[in-house]
Amino acid sequence: MKISPHWLRDFVDLPVDYARLADELTLAGIAVESVSGEGNNTVFEMDITTNRPDAMNHYGVAREASALYDLPLKPIAPKLPPSEGKSDVTIDIQEPGLCPRFTAREIRGATIRPSPANIASRLQLIDQRPISNAVDATNYVLWESGKPTHVFDLDLLEGRRLIIRKAQAGETLKTLDGVERKLSADDLVVADAKKPVGLAGVMGGFDTMITERTKNILIESAWWDPVTVRRMSKRHGLHTDASHRFERGADFESTVVSTNRVAELILNSGGGTLIGNVIDVIARQLDLAPVELDLREVQRILGEKLSTLEISRTLTRLGFTMLPGSEDTYLVHIPSWRLDIEREIDIIEELARLHGYDKFANTLPAYIGEVRDLPDAHKDERLRSSLLALGYNEAISLTFISKADARRFSTAAELDLANPLSDEASVMRTSMVPSMLNMLAYNLNRGTDNVRLFESGNVFEASGTDAMPRELKRISIGATGSVDADVVRGLVSGAAARPFSFFDLKGDAETLLAPFSHWTLYYDAQLHNEKPDSKKSADYYHPGRYARAVLDGTTVAQFGQIHPDVATARKLRQDVFVAEIYLDQLYQHDLREARYEALPRFPAVERDFSFLFNDGVEFEKIHQSVSGLAIAELRSFVPVEIFRGEKVGAGKYSILMRARLQSSERTLRDDEVAQWSGQIAQALEGLGGAQRA
Amino acid sequence: MSYTVPKLADFSAAALDSAVRELVSALEQESAAVSSENDWKAFRDRWIARKNGILTQLNDLWLKAAPGPNKRDVGQRVNALKPRVEQAVDATLARIQSGVSSGKLAAERVDITLPGIRRPLGAEHPVIKTMNEMIGVFRNLGYSVEEGPEIETDFYNFEALNFPPNHPARDTQDTLFIAGQESKPLRDRLLLRTHTSPVQIRTMQKMKPPVRVVCPGKVHRNDALDATHSPIFHQIEGLAVDTSITFCDLKGTLDHAMKAMFGSSVKTRFYPSFFPFTEPSADVQISCIFCDGKGMRDGAPCRNCKASGWIELLGCGMVDPNVYGFVDYDPTKVSGFAFGMGVERIAILKYGVDDIQLFFQGDVRFLEQFG
Repeated sequence: MKISPHWLRDFVDLPVDYARLADELTLAGIAVESVSGEGNNTVFEMDITTNRPDAMNHYGVAREASALYDLPLKPIAPKLPPSEGKSDVTIDIQEPGLCPRFTAREIRGATIRPSPANIASRLQLIDQRPISNAVDATNYVLWESGKPTHVFDLDLLEGRRLIIRKAQAGETLKTLDGVERKLSADDLVVADAKKPVGLAGVMGGFDTMITERTKNILIESAWWDPVTVRRMSKRHGLHTDASHRFERGADFESTVVSTNRVAELILNSGGGTLIGNVIDVIARQLDLAPVELDLREVQRILGEKLSTLEISRTLTRLGFTMLPGSEDTYLVHIPSWRLDIEREIDIIEELARLHGYDKFANTLPAYIGEVRDLPDAHKDERLRSSLLALGYNEAISLTFISKADARRFSTAAELDLANPLSDEASVMRTSMVPSMLNMLAYNLNRGTDNVRLFESGNVFEASGTDAMPRELKRISIGATGSVDADVVRGLVSGAAARPFSFFDLKGDAETLLAPFSHWTLYYDAQLHNEKPDSKKSADYYHPGRYARAVLDGTTVAQFGQIHPDVATARKLRQDVFVAEIYLDQLYQHDLREARYEALPRFPAVERDFSFLFNDGVEFEKIHQSVSGLAIAELRSFVPVEIFRGEKVGAGKYSILMRARLQSSERTLRDDEVAQWSGQIAQALEGLGGAQRA
Repeated sequence: MSYTVPKLADFSAAALDSAVRELVSALEQESAAVSSENDWKAFRDRWIARKNGILTQLNDLWLKAAPGPNKRDVGQRVNALKPRVEQAVDATLARIQSGVSSGKLAAERVDITLPGIRRPLGAEHPVIKTMNEMIGVFRNLGYSVEEGPEIETDFYNFEALNFPPNHPARDTQDTLFIAGQESKPLRDRLLLRTHTSPVQIRTMQKMKPPVRVVCPGKVHRNDALDATHSPIFHQIEGLAVDTSITFCDLKGTLDHAMKAMFGSSVKTRFYPSFFPFTEPSADVQISCIFCDGKGMRDGAPCRNCKASGWIELLGCGMVDPNVYGFVDYDPTKVSGFAFGMGVERIAILKYGVDDIQLFFQGDVRFLEQFG
């Protein structure tokens, strides 16, 4: 919205230059976004908050300036010639609840022509296109005082009457923008004896508009119910300067003065004769209840005492009247244009903004209460710092995915958006994986082929009809490319780049899960979301390079290489690895508390076992079978080297394992170590293993 | 080198002195030349091996060959040489074990100008990093952290925050709605929260004053992603309610927080605004951190503050009494303030990011800049 500060001078003698005015209005809540032009052609681009329709015009801004500088505000007082005769136009308000007041005035014999230069140039300065003197008069009044009005070609109205009624189903109205609109019983219209001629408070009708042939004019200025106007404006997708103001609340008392002001402007530019008095039909009075203002409350909220003199001066300049009540209280009467003021706090805001927010002291409130973190803050921080230390970059992706992805990557019931941004973003994500794959692809497509990412966020699942949707916290991890990619080849023996592998990801998963206290933690290749009737879910992983982590019996993570078919479909041109951590499950477990354990005082003994196994024997089985021997002194049993190839034969592998035996009470004897080694070897043979020389 | 034990013809004292000197000198030279354990083994065997070591040879070539009258003198000298040689052999071993020769060290030299083997650390996301910094500032002022759901009901996102149904202020929120809600009453319909303010309501519903909380989180708007708009962004909302919280406290708190975040020379400026859930409401500007509030930088108008010297950063206000009605607080007994700020906006300012889309693409080239 634009304001010409020069125009403001019609109403108030501004004591400051326009740059300063812009600044000071802004600090009083009448925000000037920018200033352009110079001298009398200076224009302010305004950003008036939605609660202040009264300031969306020159007179309203002038009123603010008058309060700001404590200067008188000149009234808008149209000078009209004496009228002749009596108008026989009748107004019939059938919806008094939605149209409490309707004012009209008749002019006969006016000439429609272009507006005089002073009117046209003012409108042009604020980006309004001059049309004709009669139409411009209504527009001028809108920008002068904020009151939307309308002018009809009286000869095109049938029956010389206007009826304010609900539209009937099947009725249509061609509005001023030339669009033929279907009306419904929810629409409030201004109609003549036969047909709707205007969409109340939104836009007038095309067929009764002013044309160059118009001679006789009916001016309308009404007050419309804000909610009704807003609904119609939305329903018809028609947001106009009029609807913008009516839906925020217009000035109930300005219908007569605005009618007369339009009449004055038309008569001045087009001549003609006023017929009869103003027709002012009040179907229902709109009274703004006075508000009790307690000066102690002003101080309680603002923290500083304002003088009674300042309070009364400010409120008076803004159009309020203040009558003394008991003790420190006053009864404040609200001006008809301030529909936003209903309560004491609304008055306090007026006082604060005109006092100047920056004049209030800066103080800090005392506080002795507790400071709480979110319940899982430590766990979040632990995982996040580990992920960063492991080299994963923190990422954030959009919360929406496509319906196809939701179905592909999850079995959960997804939530659709009613007004999605696009098909690709039409449902709330049920899995973090699709957006992680998108981010990996984004990097690969831009020549970054070594990528490590993680994202922490919620997935969303529909629940029963009445319950809130489930928001489940997840971490997704994405990795592709090489390990030690930047190491100079030949720099140190053994240090060289190699492709990121399943075991790199598993190691990272192990590192991330290790701090959580648990009795058991194992990894297997069961599909997490597998349901009896569907194998749809985790099949986006490579079936042979996928694992889930089960901590104390619940699945807390799943991870692996993305299935080559999925990778191809998403144009991922190298192997990518993804992990999903179910924080809602994982956070059922506390972080392990560190506890000191005495260091061993007796030496450990290591024994190596070299065995040949069939491929089907997983290390987990070997480990379980050795642990099952319950040798108290067995401190660890780990694989050291794996070998496959021609030497060991197809379907077999050779594995070197190391047992570490130690007692906290004594040095172990050779004979007992030999006995345990024998037991271990026997257990391994029990699994079909063959000891190698 | 290649000292060999001479056969003696002259066994006079002078001749013996000379022969012993020659042997000791050879011993010292050979000892000094030993630089590895293998060298030392050869050295040891040459001098003290039982079979044909130099000491053994002395017995044959000197002692046995000496004429009777000289035998005693030769014997004493050979006996004295024995511990001396043994000591030299031990000392040589000690020397090579205690250190390495400078030649060996030189051979082990590496080109220290080659790059090291780095384990790259991951980078914090600039938005999360900024958010955590802001939470830290308010934690230090006594604020606890609270969270709430991203999918909210109309009640929490609008109604309880004093946005009545059909209020034009709802238009400013560009809300994304969950489909299929038409059969529910308006207040139960689901939408993506447009601000973190619903957490204020949830917090006040579950606890009585005094309240000091910050509520960080993700919010959504119906804005297509482009350089300056995003359908998701992050907000931090703050709320303080107590028996005597004033507008001056709001100003002081935010002035302190802005100084803690942007440096103590930053100034704040408050001017009136409108939010349905606060009254009086204010927008807060800070003095431009790029031009120190001067409006000019390097002789040209500052682009970051459009030469105004001020940057708009957040919205705030005193909690509207109507809000207390929804959470059963007595507005005549308590008062409080709330504030909210966009984290992306602050991160954009802090790091000079010129395109908001970069925050949500996971582009490693971008993210690594914040490591």
